[in-house]
Amino acid sequence: MTQPISRPKRKNPVMRTRQSVLPPWTRSRVALGMTAAAAEGRFELQVCTTCGAAQYPPREACHRCLSDALPWREQAGGGELISQTLLRHSHDIFFRERVPWRLGMVKLDCGPTVVVHLHGDVPAPPIRVRVGARLDKAGMAVLVGFPDKDVPNMADDRQLREMTCDPKFRKVLVTDGKTAVGQALVRSLAAAGADLIWVGHAEPWKRFPGLVELGQLPQVTLVPLDVTDARSVKEIAGEIGAKVDILVNNVEFHRAHGIASRYGTDVARVEMDVNYLGLLRLAQEFGPVMRSRGADGQSSAVAWVNMLSIFAIANFPAHGTFSASKAAAYSLSQCLRAEMHASGLRVINVFPGPVEDEWNQLLPPPKLAPEALAKAVVGALRDGVEDVYPGDVAQEWLARFRQSPKVLERELAAG
Amino acid sequence: MTIKTRAGYEGVAVAVPVTVPYARYSIRSTHWFIARALAELLKDSGLRKSEIDGVCVSGFLLFPDTAVGLMQHLGVSPRWLDHIPMGGASGVVALRRAARAVQSGDAEIVACLAGDTNHVDSFRHTIASFSQFARDAVYPYGSGGPNASFAFLTDYFMRMTGARREDFGKLCVAQRANALSFPHALFKKPLSLAEYMDARPIAEPLHLFDCVMPCAGGEGFLVMADARARALKLRYTRILGTIERHNAFPDDPIQMRGGWVLDRDSLYAQAGVGPKDMDFVQVYDDYPVIIAMQLEDLGLCAKGEVVRFIRDNTFTLNGSLPLNTSGGQLSVGQAGAAGGYLGLVEALRQLTGTALGALVPDARHGLVSGFGMINYDRGLCSGATVLARGDR
Repeated sequence: MTQPISRPKRKNPVMRTRQSVLPPWTRSRVALGMTAAAAEGRFELQVCTTCGAAQYPPREACHRCLSDALPWREQAGGGELISQTLLRHSHDIFFRERVPWRLGMVKLDCGPTVVVHLHGDVPAPPIRVRVGARLDKAGMAVLVGFPDKDVPNMADDRQLREMTCDPKFRKVLVTDGKTAVGQALVRSLAAAGADLIWVGHAEPWKRFPGLVELGQLPQVTLVPLDVTDARSVKEIAGEIGAKVDILVNNVEFHRAHGIASRYGTDVARVEMDVNYLGLLRLAQEFGPVMRSRGADGQSSAVAWVNMLSIFAIANFPAHGTFSASKAAAYSLSQCLRAEMHASGLRVINVFPGPVEDEWNQLLPPPKLAPEALAKAVVGALRDGVEDVYPGDVAQEWLARFRQSPKVLERELAAG
Repeated sequence: MTIKTRAGYEGVAVAVPVTVPYARYSIRSTHWFIARALAELLKDSGLRKSEIDGVCVSGFLLFPDTAVGLMQHLGVSPRWLDHIPMGGASGVVALRRAARAVQSGDAEIVACLAGDTNHVDSFRHTIASFSQFARDAVYPYGSGGPNASFAFLTDYFMRMTGARREDFGKLCVAQRANALSFPHALFKKPLSLAEYMDARPIAEPLHLFDCVMPCAGGEGFLVMADARARALKLRYTRILGTIERHNAFPDDPIQMRGGWVLDRDSLYAQAGVGPKDMDFVQVYDDYPVIIAMQLEDLGLCAKGEVVRFIRDNTFTLNGSLPLNTSGGQLSVGQAGAAGGYLGLVEALRQLTGTALGALVPDARHGLVSGFGMINYDRGLCSGATVLARGDR
């Protein structure tokens, strides 16, 4: 059984710091289909439309009937472990630093045999296992063989922790504690075992409901942080930047306006200043130091979470300028993801549907409860996924968007 | 035209086995090793370069060149040219192709050449980009290279057959004993079973002496009409039969057998001799599990009997069933694609009485087997040939 990890000791500055390096991340274009699914937490294989054969490794033609109709389909992942090895030697620097490393071969119930990273709690072959897809440190999909049934401390498996962003014993910055979402995030992260949570608040002289109580949690420290003020961001980054393992940027400015309903640019300017430039300021101050700690032991810097909006993928005209600011932040997050790649730090984008809060009062249900959104964020960190669309509205928008962005645009324009 | 039986290889001579000395690392390129092999072929045969009108080439690290570019590099103008990128099956497959070219008259004298260099960091690059499947679905999993792939096969094979580490150790120790008289072997010290057992683990259940050592080197031989070989006063061997197969048994969930199983009846029928008639066997040996698999699949013992067969034989030059008589890759080293030639070139020496090390006494028939290209989870190419002394 996996030994539970313990709270890391204070870092000894004399000891060697492990530098960030990625596992091999070159893939063929067709293989990236598996990564696209794993980025959202699904294990998908190509399945031939013509003859039904599942394919692995990914192919350009069906290995049975040569059809090129090979859409990606979600898999249950059941199978039998038929062989294993414990690697003591590797040709790659990432794995050299991390051997011994356990691997297996699994005959999937759906057909193919797959090579997997093998969880430490899986008994010796032959034995039933569940195969799932995870993003590895390089952000590429890999397959993992899990015990058939959950066992205690599974997430603490040394190999698995290299692929996830579990908050357990990690230090987190939540950039805004004044909102219901921010406070739910802090409570969920504390419940998930976060070691220390810094909670930002832009206007310390104002008494927001719940903030004082939040500050009384043993893990929580309130810190002044105004993302529209470059000096404020720089100061707090200088103070805690080198200790932040997970940064959750949930600061948001949200008003319900389109173009005609609010003459002038002052509101739109603030939306951009908070939602877009705020992210940029945070990324410029916290990005470099977090990037340097991508492999810093059991509790390395692992994740950057952006609280976006489903309105980022297609403009919702009733909240048109807000949508535009979130679209800008979404675009910038892709830049951040590319720049963070070399460190193995995961940029997680959260695209919630309308949240049950004051700026969505006029939107019809279903609306997302702050607690549900917080749970989705912690789940994403634990599973190491990259894009999250929490709630029914977000899921529905996403499905409509993927079917046809233009049809969705027309539907949204019609109100 | 209907063809029911495969045409034989009558009238074809295989001659002039050459080796470019092996080195753990070299600052030379693959081109250099192949060029040296060709130069050796010319020196030993007395032929001029212009008389070589067919060429067969194998080398992993020829890139960005191909066989064509290599012809300009070497100043050869063949009227028949083949490139065999089949790793450990390259030797047997080159022999097959070249023999047919000579029989059909498409070429008179075919130089079969294999070589590769090994720089300090080149092996890592080779395995990282070995194939699309390896890059997508194997290398990101621990980057163990062939060690990891063969560890899976070994783990499974041991559980299915009851083979123990000692059984694989016996093969490795016997080959090391054979290697001690072979001047090109990079391993020159005797290996005891205790040393084998005590070696450090590499990819369990594989330990150090289970794993072939990458190195640089080259091999070559000539294929021509037997009349031509006699005119050149060359000692030669005949081809009694050969087979090849690719991607056999794709539905086996893990590899426990290779293509030989499909084709060995055809091989021995064509050869007119059977596995019991072999005076020695040269099988592909990057890892001992593959030796065991070939012993079964080539019919040297019944399926499921290999463990007992290993315990019942010595595999040494002076014992029962001499196996990999130059030491095999496990003791000589694996010079990239030349590893697929090593056993064949050694067989040619044994059958022409020109062994560089100890000679299998009065050897008349030899079996050579090739196995190549772990593309994803298994080796894809299999090949074998039965050779006989030229004066048979």
